[in-house]
Amino acid sequence: MDALALEATGSKKATAVAVTAPIPSQAPAKRKPAKKAKKAVVFFEVEILDAKTKDKLCFLDKVEPNATIGEIKSMFHKSHPQWYPARQSIRLDPKGKSLKDEDVLQQLPVGTTATFYFRDLGAQISWVTVFLTEYTGPLVIYLLFYFRVPFIYTPKYDFTTSKHWVVHLACMCHSFHYVKRLLETLFVHRFSHGTMPLRNIFKNCTYYWGFAAWMAYYINHPLYTPPIYGEQQIRLALIVFLFCQIGNFSIHIALRNLRPPGSKTRKIPYPTKNPFTWIFLLVSCPNYTYELGSWLGFTLMTQCLPVAFFTLVGFIQMTVWAKGKHRSYLKEFRDYPPLRSPILPFVL
Amino acid sequence: MSAAAPGTSKAAHGEAGPKKKKGPGALATAYLVIYNVVMTAGWLVIAVGLVRAYLARGSYHGLYYSIEKPLKFFQTGAVLEILHCAVGIVPSSVVLTGFQVMSRVFLTWAVTHSVREVQSEDSVLLFVTAWTITEIIRYSFYTFSLLNHLPYLIKWARYTFFIVLYPMGVTGELLTIYAALPYVQKTGLYSVTLPNKYNFSFDYYTFLILVMVSYIPLFPQLYFHMIRQRKKVLGHTEDYSKIE
Repeated sequence: MDALALEATGSKKATAVAVTAPIPSQAPAKRKPAKKAKKAVVFFEVEILDAKTKDKLCFLDKVEPNATIGEIKSMFHKSHPQWYPARQSIRLDPKGKSLKDEDVLQQLPVGTTATFYFRDLGAQISWVTVFLTEYTGPLVIYLLFYFRVPFIYTPKYDFTTSKHWVVHLACMCHSFHYVKRLLETLFVHRFSHGTMPLRNIFKNCTYYWGFAAWMAYYINHPLYTPPIYGEQQIRLALIVFLFCQIGNFSIHIALRNLRPPGSKTRKIPYPTKNPFTWIFLLVSCPNYTYELGSWLGFTLMTQCLPVAFFTLVGFIQMTVWAKGKHRSYLKEFRDYPPLRSPILPFVL
Repeated sequence: MSAAAPGTSKAAHGEAGPKKKKGPGALATAYLVIYNVVMTAGWLVIAVGLVRAYLARGSYHGLYYSIEKPLKFFQTGAVLEILHCAVGIVPSSVVLTGFQVMSRVFLTWAVTHSVREVQSEDSVLLFVTAWTITEIIRYSFYTFSLLNHLPYLIKWARYTFFIVLYPMGVTGELLTIYAALPYVQKTGLYSVTLPNKYNFSFDYYTFLILVMVSYIPLFPQLYFHMIRQRKKVLGHTEDYSKIE
C-alpha cells in the first residue's frame, strides 16, 4: 500500500489515477472523480461508411464504450440532419443484418476503432400513423356507401336506407371492427418497431380502402340480395363474428401483457385464465386465426363474393406473417411448444 | 409431349438426390432444350402458315384463320414457363413470367377467340406477326444458350428486333381490344349483373378499358427495361470498337 501511495504521488496524476485500483483512504486527497468503469475508460472511435459506396460519411471520436447503437445514430443524425435515426440502418457488414438500437458498442465484435456501414432506409413513417390512417379509411368509406351518398348509386336512391335489416347489422359489425382496431392501435398494441418505410402507407391504404369500397358497394346496393338461409344464416354468422372479435381482442391483451411498457422483449405467449386464449395451446398466432374467423363470419352474414375475396386475400397474407412469426419463435426459443401450428390448428 | 419427361425423370433423378443445385441439372437442361426446340418449331409453323396463306390469298385479310389452331396451342403451351420458374429450373421471377404469359393467353383466348368479330381485323395480324418473330428468336436464343453455343446473331436479334416488334405488338393488341369493345358491350360477354345471390357484378367492357389503360404505365417500363438490358448485353462489344 505504501508503494502504491508512492507511485500515486510520483507519477503524473492524470494517467496514474485512471489506471490504478480504487485508492485507499490514506492516499493523497486530490482524487479525480471515478468514471462508471473501474478499469481504464478507453474511448472508442467510430467511423461510419456508406454501405454501397464505402465513402466515409462520419467520424465520431471519444465515444463511450457503453454507448448504444441508438445513441450513435443520434450522433450521426447531428452531422447528417436529413437522416433521422429511424431511417438509419447501421451494420457491421455492408450486406449484413442491421444492428439493434439496444446493442452496446463494447459488446460488439469491433476494435477500439469501430467501422460501421450505413444504409438509408428511406423516408419513414410511424406504425401508429399508418395504422390509424389505414383503419379510419374503411370506417368512413363504408359509411359513405351505407348512407348512399350521391354519385355512387342511381340518383333516386341517394340518402335512402336499405330495407334489409342484415345490411344495418353488417354496417354495425364492420364499423365496430374498425373502431376496435383504432382503439387497439391507440391503447393496446406495443410495437417492436417505431417506423416503417413511407411507401407502405400508400400500399396499405390502397388495399384497405379499396377493398372496403368494393365490399361496401355491394352490401349497400339497392339490388342487394340477402342471405339464402335468412335469419338462421345471419344469426350463426353474427355469433361467429362476435366470438372471434372477443377472441382477437383477448389475444391482443395477452400479447400486450407479455411486454412491459416501453420494452421490446419477446416471450413465448401462453394460455391465460381467459378461455379465449386457450387456443395458444394449438396455434402460434391466434390473433390471425380469430381475424380469419371474424371475416368468415362477415362473409356468411352478407353472402357477398367480394367479402369472400377480401377474406381470402387477408388469409393468405396472415398465413405468410404467421409462418414467419412461428419460425422466429422456433429459432429464438429452444423450449417452444411443439404442438403449435402457425395459424390453423394442426393444418397450417 | 412434355408430359413424358416427368414420368421418366423419377428413376434417373434418384441419383441426383434431393440436393438443391443452382440452376438446372442435366435432366432439367435436357427437358428445357426439348421444350425450347419444340416451341421454336411451333412458332416456325405459324410463320410458315402465315406466309403460305398470304401467298395463296394475295392479301393480308383474314390470315388469322390459317394459323388459329397452332397459335392457340403454342401460345397456351407457354404457361409451362411459369411452372419452370416456380420449380426453379429457370432463374426468372414467377410473378413477372406469369404476368407476361397470362397477358398473351388473355389476348389469345379472352379477346381474339371470344369475340369472333375481331378475328378478321388487320390488328390481329399485326400482333400475331410481332409475336411470331419475337418467339422464334426468343426460343432459339434459349435453346442455344442452354447448349452453350449461342451465335452472336441470335443474341443480337433478341436484343434488337424488340425495338420494332414490341411497339408493333402493343399497337396490334390495343387496336384489337378496342375493336372488341362494342361487341362486348352489346352482348354483355363475360359480364355479371345485379341482382344475384352472390352480390357480385363484373363488367367485362369496363375491364377491357382498364386493361387498355394499364398499358400506359406498363409498356414503357418493360420497353426501357429491354433497352437497358440491350446496353448491358450488347454494349461491351461497342466499347471495344470505340476509341474515345
